[in-house]
Amino acid sequence: MNNRIFKRILQNKASLAGFVLVALFALVALLAPVLAPVHNPHDPYQLPQSSYSMTPQPPSAEHIFGTTEQQYDLYYGVVWGTRLAFKIGITVTFFAFLIGLFLGAAAAYFGGMIDELIMRFTDVVFAVPSLVLAMVIAAMLGPDTHNMMIALTAVAWPSYARLVRGDILSVKQRDFVTASRALGARGPRLLLKHILPNSIYPSVVVASLDIGYIVLTAASLSFLGLGAQPGTADWGQLIAMARNWVLGSSTNTFAYWYTVVVPGGVIFLFVLGWNLLGDGFRDILDPRQG
Amino acid sequence: MLRYILRRLLLLPLVALGVTFLLFFLTQRLSPEMRASLYIKDPRQMGALEEVIEKYGLRDNVFKQYGRWLSGALRGDLGYSQSANMPVAQAIKEYLPATVQLALVTMVLVVFFGVWFGVVSAVKKDKWQDIAARLVSVGGFSLPIFVLGLLLLMLFYGKLGWFPPGGFSISTDVTIHSPSFHSYTGFLLIDSLLNGNLKVFCDVLRHLVLPALTLCIGSFALMVRVMRSSMLEELGKDYVRTARAKGLPEHAVIYRHAGKNAIIPVITLAGIQFIRLLGGTVIVETIFDYPGIGRFGVMAAQQLDIAGIMGFSLMVAVLFVLGNLLSDVLYTAVDPRIKLGE
Repeated sequence: MNNRIFKRILQNKASLAGFVLVALFALVALLAPVLAPVHNPHDPYQLPQSSYSMTPQPPSAEHIFGTTEQQYDLYYGVVWGTRLAFKIGITVTFFAFLIGLFLGAAAAYFGGMIDELIMRFTDVVFAVPSLVLAMVIAAMLGPDTHNMMIALTAVAWPSYARLVRGDILSVKQRDFVTASRALGARGPRLLLKHILPNSIYPSVVVASLDIGYIVLTAASLSFLGLGAQPGTADWGQLIAMARNWVLGSSTNTFAYWYTVVVPGGVIFLFVLGWNLLGDGFRDILDPRQG
Repeated sequence: MLRYILRRLLLLPLVALGVTFLLFFLTQRLSPEMRASLYIKDPRQMGALEEVIEKYGLRDNVFKQYGRWLSGALRGDLGYSQSANMPVAQAIKEYLPATVQLALVTMVLVVFFGVWFGVVSAVKKDKWQDIAARLVSVGGFSLPIFVLGLLLLMLFYGKLGWFPPGGFSISTDVTIHSPSFHSYTGFLLIDSLLNGNLKVFCDVLRHLVLPALTLCIGSFALMVRVMRSSMLEELGKDYVRTARAKGLPEHAVIYRHAGKNAIIPVITLAGIQFIRLLGGTVIVETIFDYPGIGRFGVMAAQQLDIAGIMGFSLMVAVLFVLGNLLSDVLYTAVDPRIKLGE
């Protein structure tokens, strides 16, 4: 079955492009130490800085993508930023899904008061735009990459809780569950061995496709100064450093174009890849939508 | 219907309480000394730290402190915002209209261009217009608004000088704060017209163009998609064939017959998107230095202005719940087949 889905992804031009983009980024993330040798072994995500001069420098042989203000190397930032993006995306999605799975399963399995309690709590978190809530939480925790991931996890889980709950409720009605119950399966065993394995799959797919969106939100937080700190190889942070230079020099408005276009283009391609891939999956999982 | 609305409105205090309590609980992670130091502007007064902690009861348990905040909030006193240099309630009153104005102008752009592109894309299916519209839609959905915002700023302000950042120019600032200018609604676009001052109107509109264009991109992309697929579905139906068979001109078939039915899902989507825009304003207002509630929220968060953060979150949560409710109600108004709460 997985093989068939994979084949259909590759047959569609758009989702194939998405797959290629995501695969390329994954490759860059994996090969980061080779593509851009680490200069600070204690923290590879720390950007190398060639001097403290404020004015960004255009692409050259030494800095192929140019440098931002304070001479942070953009190439290093893009390469290690890719690795950080995957790290953030995967960590946040994993923990958010785990929390959603736990709460959603508990709500669906126990029902009644517990269900009501968990779902109303979910409503509360859902009631604020996720960027706004993440921003506020990150501010309270103190802005750094680690706390940003906590803030993103804290706002990402409710949709998975709803999803898992819905899936379990529908699987619970199926005949094979009644059959295993009739055979004497009870309690946690019924949930863990019979219901969960049969209901979790679609939610896992949906969750993993959210990585692009999570990374975008993370970049937004860093851009606002509430995520990764200056000097971190983080895409949002790189763009934040471009803000002072968008108006260019007195003679040429576009003098510092690379400070926006390089990190901006990378984020765009990353998110585009995940979106195209996601569209492909949705078409396959829900054939009614054309 | 009425019961449904009432039930949803009951959710409002629950959400407001939940959100504010959760955030308040988070503020307790900061030590009383840290929270007290936020009240002190002059470093020489740091000796008064203990006094401030005592005065505001910052060592009390979280429920007691929250109760104090809540009773103040119920009386309309949300505390003093250090980042905005005014009471939080006043800051909200001052900044909110600008944001709503921005979101409304954006929504008009989104619906107008979204429907237009969507219809063209469906009518010219698989021709170059369709492919172009779909590319713009896929691209627009993936382009982060802070990247687009900076690029637009570079081109239209840096290069061409057409649309400056900020909410209005200095001369407008002077005009609207002069005694001869009456503030009727707080919405500058409306107030300037009521005052018969076209200069202010044009100036405010000019400052709205870039933020609105930036903000509309994501919703616009979605709108094109939905309008396209909805229109394609309608164009395949029998009544369209009938209309064509009786010799109606093509534009009448497209706009008066198919278009009217195809627009239903777009209207619901518009309601939901309007709410989403309020989230996006946080970034757009920061980039363009637009004096709205989003910029206020970001500044409060950056400067750890707790009263400001609490007030901002409370307001966003309330707006969100009300907006969602409104879009649900709008849905039934457009499509009578849908009954709420059954």
